[in-house]
Amino acid sequence: MQVNTVKSKTLPPFQFVFDEHAQTVLRFLNGAVGLSEAEDCFQETMLSALRAYPRLGDASNLRGWLLTIARRKAIDAHRARARRPIPVADPDLSVGVDPQPDTDDGLWDQVRGLPAKQRKAVVLRFAGDKSYPEIAATMSVTQDSARQNVHEGLKKLRKELR
Amino acid sequence: MTVDQALTDRFLERASAKGLVDVAVTTMDSPVGTLLLMATPKGLVRIAFESENRDEVLGEIAMHISPRILEAPRRLDPVRRELDKYFEGRLRDFDVPLDWSLVGDFARKVLRRTARIPYGSVASYGEVALDVGTPRGARAVGNALGSNPIPLIVPCHRVVRTGGAIGGYGGGLPRKRLLLDLEAG
Repeated sequence: MQVNTVKSKTLPPFQFVFDEHAQTVLRFLNGAVGLSEAEDCFQETMLSALRAYPRLGDASNLRGWLLTIARRKAIDAHRARARRPIPVADPDLSVGVDPQPDTDDGLWDQVRGLPAKQRKAVVLRFAGDKSYPEIAATMSVTQDSARQNVHEGLKKLRKELR
Repeated sequence: MTVDQALTDRFLERASAKGLVDVAVTTMDSPVGTLLLMATPKGLVRIAFESENRDEVLGEIAMHISPRILEAPRRLDPVRRELDKYFEGRLRDFDVPLDWSLVGDFARKVLRRTARIPYGSVASYGEVALDVGTPRGARAVGNALGSNPIPLIVPCHRVVRTGGAIGGYGGGLPRKRLLLDLEAG
């Protein structure tokens, strides 16, 4: 009898992944797209993750994997809100996510509190990893204005987090 | 700490609707302790007693069936209802569909034969061995029963030793005794 148990990967039950990381994903999305849209983005993120899960080759950074999906969903939501579909390159999946995992507590809550334009610009810049020309295109503003919004947003965050 | 229940429920609902829950899992209380129940779309695939390590059981299911395992109590309602009735002495024959994918060919024969032992009666390891075509295979039958992934519903507790000794039980002998007593009325 042949035993086919040569498996290089052992994925934990998805329920464990959900229990461990749902809070982080939701908090990120609250900051990235605002409370009203965060729930939908959260559902989309978790459903995409569940669909792809059995094919995931490497379970060593499930948090980063989920946040990468969440970031894509957040960008989709921003684009949908802008109504005009503008082609933007997919985020670079090889980019590591948040080298200091749990030190961002509260930061995204502060981001959520920013005025809409600043929030959008900051999220696209730092969660979406977009360049200023891309941000300008997505938000239908000039590059100077995109830069200005990121700058003002950061200034406010620095003040509030001090 | 996790997200609020409504959000979790909605996720489960949508995942189920899209057919993305390969294994539904839940727990229930019973006279033989907390039971961990698992079902695939084909049927009940596994029942674990609390003497087994929950994470290990789920890990094995993830490896052998699918890692798309979610807590989905409602999918196991029919199983829970039948087990409740059984423990109240109001149900003798289980009717829920079973998924045999964790069971090899020989063990499947043994377990299917075992499933036909009527409520309240017993068979010996030797009798079961004879019936599955391995007259000298009482020990192999014991092993197959010991690895029964669906105890209670596949009533391996009804197989005992010739001469009246109770034999072994994967869930521990006190549980086997309790079940035999329950069925004796």
